[in-house]
Amino acid sequence: MLSIKNIHASIEEKQILKGLSLDVKPGEVHAIMGPNGSGKSTLASVLAGREQYEVTEGQIEFNGKDLLEFSTEERAKEGLFLAFQYPVEIPGVSTTNFIKAALNEKRKYQGLEPLDAASFLKLLKEKAALLELDKSLLSRSLNEGFSGGEKKRNEIFQMAVLDPKLTILDETDSGLDIDALRIVAKGVNTLRNEDHAIIVITHYQRLLNYLQPDFVHVLVDGRIVKSGGKELALELEAKGYDFIKEELKETVTA
Amino acid sequence: MSDELQLLEERVNREYEYGFTTNIETETVAKGLNEDVIRLISAKKNEPEWLLEWRLKAFHQWEKMAMPKWGNVKYPEIDFQDIIYYAAPKSKKAKPGSLDEVDPELLKTFEKLGISISEQKRLSGIAVDVVMDSVSVATTFQSQLAEKGIIFCSMSEAVQKHPELVKKYLGTVVPMTDNFFAALNSAVFTDGSFCFIPKGVRCPMELSTYFRINQENSGQFERTLIIAEDNAYVSYLEGCTAPRRDENQLHAAIVELIAMDNAEIKYSTVQNWYPGDDEGKGGIYNFVTKRGICKGHHSKISWTQVETGSAITWKYPSVILKGDYSVGEFYSVALTTKFQQADTGTKMMHIGKNTKSRIVSKGISAGKSQNSYRGLVRAAKSAENARNYSQCDSLLLGDKCGAHTFPYIESKNNTAVIEHEATTSKIGEDQLFYCEQRGLDAEKAVALIVTGFAKEVMNNLPMEFAVEAQKLLAVSLEGSVG
Repeated sequence: MLSIKNIHASIEEKQILKGLSLDVKPGEVHAIMGPNGSGKSTLASVLAGREQYEVTEGQIEFNGKDLLEFSTEERAKEGLFLAFQYPVEIPGVSTTNFIKAALNEKRKYQGLEPLDAASFLKLLKEKAALLELDKSLLSRSLNEGFSGGEKKRNEIFQMAVLDPKLTILDETDSGLDIDALRIVAKGVNTLRNEDHAIIVITHYQRLLNYLQPDFVHVLVDGRIVKSGGKELALELEAKGYDFIKEELKETVTA
Repeated sequence: MSDELQLLEERVNREYEYGFTTNIETETVAKGLNEDVIRLISAKKNEPEWLLEWRLKAFHQWEKMAMPKWGNVKYPEIDFQDIIYYAAPKSKKAKPGSLDEVDPELLKTFEKLGISISEQKRLSGIAVDVVMDSVSVATTFQSQLAEKGIIFCSMSEAVQKHPELVKKYLGTVVPMTDNFFAALNSAVFTDGSFCFIPKGVRCPMELSTYFRINQENSGQFERTLIIAEDNAYVSYLEGCTAPRRDENQLHAAIVELIAMDNAEIKYSTVQNWYPGDDEGKGGIYNFVTKRGICKGHHSKISWTQVETGSAITWKYPSVILKGDYSVGEFYSVALTTKFQQADTGTKMMHIGKNTKSRIVSKGISAGKSQNSYRGLVRAAKSAENARNYSQCDSLLLGDKCGAHTFPYIESKNNTAVIEHEATTSKIGEDQLFYCEQRGLDAEKAVALIVTGFAKEVMNNLPMEFAVEAQKLLAVSLEGSVG
C-alpha cells in the first residue's frame, strides 16, 4: 500500500533523506528507529506533505497513486494519518468540533454525507472509551491545557475516529509515563487490522514491547541501513546504534 | 512566505458583496456645511425651534474644534465642505405610512441585503428600523411594541411624537462638545433610531436598525438613543453596509444608552461598511461615539461588536458606571484586512460603589492592515470596590499587518482592582499544517482558528446574529467560501 523508492528530501537546502526506500503492506506494523538527526521525523513530514520539505528525487506510491502529487489535506483524506510528536493547541475550538470538521471533510471527499449528530456522538463515545479519554476533554479547546499524555491519547483518539489506512506515529511514546504508554499502545493495538498499516517512529524499545512490530528498520544518515524482525529492536536497545555504525564501516572498507 | 500563507493573502482580498448601488431618485442638499444647511435639515424634518438652536450651538462649537489626531490611523485631511449632509430617497410623503407606499426599489435593496422589511415575511421576531442615507425608510412591528408601551421609531419620528423624551435625554450621555465628531453629528444628525422601554417591561423581541449609505459624496450622521427605565430590558442590534466607491465616505454617528435601576441594555453591532479596494482606495471613514450610562443601581450595559468593514474605524463604545453595583461589558472582534485601519476599544468609567466591568477584545489583522486596541479603565475616588477585568488578544495573519494595544488605567480608589491581560499570536504554520493533516484545507483551517479565537465574543451575540457574524467573519477572510 505504501512504496517509497529512493527518496531524497531536503529542508532549507539541507539534504536529510538520501535515498530511502521502504515497502509497507496493508496490516503491517513497521518500526523505524535511529539516532537523533538520522531523518526519522523528516520521513514523517515528507509523507504527510509538509511544505518546507522538498523532495528532490524518488517516488512514493500510496494505494496505487502518486502520493507526491497530493496536497497535505488530500493525503489526509486519502487515508494517511500522522500522530504528531508535538500536537498543536487551537484555542476556542473544541476537540469535538475539530474532529467533526475533519471527519466530515473526509466523508465529503469520499462522496458521503456528513455523519448525523447522533451517530457522530456514538462514534466519539466509543472511541473515547477505548483511549480511556476523559469526556470533559472533548468539550475543551483542542489540546489547550492538556497534559503531555492527554495530547498523545488525543492523537490516537483522532486516528480511531478518522479510521486511516496508514498511520505514522511520530515519537508518540516520548514524554509518556508508563500508564499513558500502556493506554496508547492498547488503543493502537485495538485499531490494528489487515487494512490498517502503521509506521512507528521511536527511539525506544518500550512502545515496541507493546506493539510487537512485524519489521524494524534502522535509519542512519537518511537511509535505511538495516532491517529485521522485532528482535532487531531488542538488539539495538542492548547495544545502541554504534554496532550498526561499526557494521557499516566494515561494509564500506570491505 | 509559504504558499499557504500566500493563498490566505489572496483569499483575504475578497470582493465586498454589498457594494452595489440603488438607482433611486434622491433629494440632496448642496455640498458643504454652514448655518443654512443646518437650518435646511431642521426645516426638512419639521423640527421644533429648540432642536434647531441645539444644532446651531453644536455647529458653532464644532467650528472651534480640531480633528483628534491621537488615533493610530493615517488618512488625508477630510474636507468637510466637500460632503453632502443630507440625502433622502425621494418619496411623496415625509415617511410612508405603510409598507405599500415604500418605493419597491428600496424594498428590493434591502431584500438584497438580506433585510426583510415586510413583517409578514419575517421569520424571527426582530423589529427593524431601516435607514438609508439620511432618513429612516421603514420601521416594523411598531404597533405590537406599542401595546407594551415600548416606543421604537426613527429619531425624526421621535422628535415629532415624543419631543419631551428626546429633549430630556438627547446629548445627556454624549455632550455635543464631547469630541470633534460628536459636535459635528450634533449639528447635522439626520436620522437614527429611538427606543424607550418603560418601567418593568422586558422587550419581547430584538430591536434592530439597519444602516445603508447609498448616495455618492454624502456622509451619514445618524443618532441613536435608547432608554431603559427601571427594571426594563432590551436587546438591540445594529448592522450596516455601503456601496463600493473610489471616494472615501464619512460616517459619524452617536449612540447614547441610558439604563435606570436594575435595567439592562444589550447592544450588538455588526459593522460591515465598505472597507475599500485591494489598493486601499475608497471605503468608509467610520468615526463613531458610542456611550452608555448605568444611571441606576444594579443596571447593566453590554456592548458587543463585530467590526469587519470600513477603511478607518475610530470607535470606543463606553460605559459610565454611575449606579452602585452596576455592570459594564465590552466584547469586541475587530477584523482588518487589505489596507484597513482600526483603532477601537472602550472606556469603563467607574463612579459608583461595587461596580464591575469586563473587557474582552479580539483583534485579527491580515493583509496590510493595522489593528489597534485602545482602552481606558478609570476608577473614581467614589468607586469603592470597583472591579475590572480586561483581556486583549491579537491574532496576526501574515507578516505585513500590525496589531497594537494601548491600555490606560487610572485609579483614584485603592480598593479598586483592575486586571489586564494581553496576548499576541500568529496563525502558525504548525497550526495550519496540523489542520491540513486532518484533511482541512488552508481556508477552512484559518476560518476554524479565527472562529475559535473570536468565540468568547461571538457567544455574546444574539443567536440569529451570531450565525450571520460568524459567516461574515469567514467570508471576510475567505472570499467565496461561507
